[in-house]
Amino acid sequence: MPTSEPNISDKLKPVTYHAQAMSLLEVTSLEAGYDDAIVLRGVSLEADAHEIVAVLGPNGAGKSTLLKAVYGLVTLRAGTVTWEGGDVTRVRADRLTRRGLNFVPQTANVFPTLTVAENVHVGSLVVTKTERRAAIERVRELFPILRERAGQRAGTLSGGQRKLVALARALVAKPKLLLLDEPSAGLSPQAMELVFDKLLEINRLGVGIVMVEQNARRALALAHRGYVLDAGRNAIEGAGAELLHDPQVEQLYLGGSGMIASSSTSTSTPSGMKPETK
Amino acid sequence: MSVALAVEEAVRAFGGVRALDGATLEVEPGSITGLIGPNGAGKSTLFNCVSGFLRPQSGRVLLDGRRIDRRSAHRIARAGLVRTFQTPRVLARMTVLENLLLAAPRHPGERLGRALAGRSREREARARAGELLELVQLDGHASALAGTLSGGQRKLLDLVRALMAEPRILLLDEPIAGVSPALRVELLAHILGLRERERITLLIAEHDLDFVMRACDRVIVMNDGRVIAQGTPEEVRRDAKVVDAYLGAKHQ
Repeated sequence: MPTSEPNISDKLKPVTYHAQAMSLLEVTSLEAGYDDAIVLRGVSLEADAHEIVAVLGPNGAGKSTLLKAVYGLVTLRAGTVTWEGGDVTRVRADRLTRRGLNFVPQTANVFPTLTVAENVHVGSLVVTKTERRAAIERVRELFPILRERAGQRAGTLSGGQRKLVALARALVAKPKLLLLDEPSAGLSPQAMELVFDKLLEINRLGVGIVMVEQNARRALALAHRGYVLDAGRNAIEGAGAELLHDPQVEQLYLGGSGMIASSSTSTSTPSGMKPETK
Repeated sequence: MSVALAVEEAVRAFGGVRALDGATLEVEPGSITGLIGPNGAGKSTLFNCVSGFLRPQSGRVLLDGRRIDRRSAHRIARAGLVRTFQTPRVLARMTVLENLLLAAPRHPGERLGRALAGRSREREARARAGELLELVQLDGHASALAGTLSGGQRKLLDLVRALMAEPRILLLDEPIAGVSPALRVELLAHILGLRERERITLLIAEHDLDFVMRACDRVIVMNDGRVIAQGTPEEVRRDAKVVDAYLGAKHQ
């Protein structure tokens, strides 16, 4: 997103040549896909450490691919990713994890043959030895399942339980920002509340969160800002609460009128443009 | 007594974990039955044992009164019981349309109307596949390789693949998790219509309570590998055990 008109205080600040006004994560005009299928056609997004950012959109809009592309799991065709002001475009996933950016995929998110405790241990390997113990202790406090099921193989956990273990495994690496692909999918109402509560808690500890979610109303209620993607492009963006009541979001995505735009009849506004309300 | 599907005292353990610990339930023909319960309650394991993907270590599964717990998955599917997966398996190197055509029943349509219309089986299958793809908004992807679909789209493909098989009993494992809100509403309408038109029996494991309350006639609640409550959606919603085990205080 190009920065909107700078306000007075910005103008008064001395000009420096590094990331003074930059977000922790800045994604600009990403294009990516698989083989000959182009999924992202120029998506931009930014996120800061104190933020919860929701990424929404119809199935196939490119939400998961966006997270994977940022995290170096999908080959980029164009666009840039900057992290803490430095260019990390095409940097390998494990390096990003060491630098504080971590990812939890939608599925295949645990090592099935390892126990729950081992999964967490693997996640902690990027943390220095001296910090490791404390990091593990911290996530064990956040997620009781880590103690209750410590010796159980992760492959024998239910889908929802795996989600919690995967989230814990990502957190134990002490990330500054987490990329989460549908953290609430497949969770019971109680577990979903738990996960969303945990996300808020984690966020208050200063960890930024970018989450792809289909439980859109719940996610927008929690998120500071949200992006709606459609057909591989930015369609709408704004404050979480604002999007929740935006008629365009309703029409494009939430199904207020009963239909969502198909990819061929996209009502997208060009990337970065604010939607005109009404 | 008319029961479409019965599970009696089913037990299935993985190592020391008893995922099913004496689960017993019945599904009435033509009903839409919801299956809810906390994560790890045994819902997916129950689906696996019913559909032949796993064998229960003890207990019985009956389809229309006949034991099926020793039968293989494909024989159970041929007998009319078809299921979807929480994390679907699609044939990634085949097109979306081919994935569907493979699922078409081999026997000529039992539906008199279609048989009289004289359409060939192949054409009938293609027409039905087209309708189903339109329903889940994948018609634009019919000739794309299934491997290029997103997670949510694969889920939708898995759902229409199951429908393509024209099942008598359909087990849906979290059909709307990962599906966009607008499409959820349409899937709900379609599922209700399906029961109306084709008298299909549905057992749906789903966490979205709004969906369960609107779709289901009866709800079965599992916890720790057993059935802890059942009844109408309203009865279940008020059940203290259910609130404790599953809904949490916020839903009271």
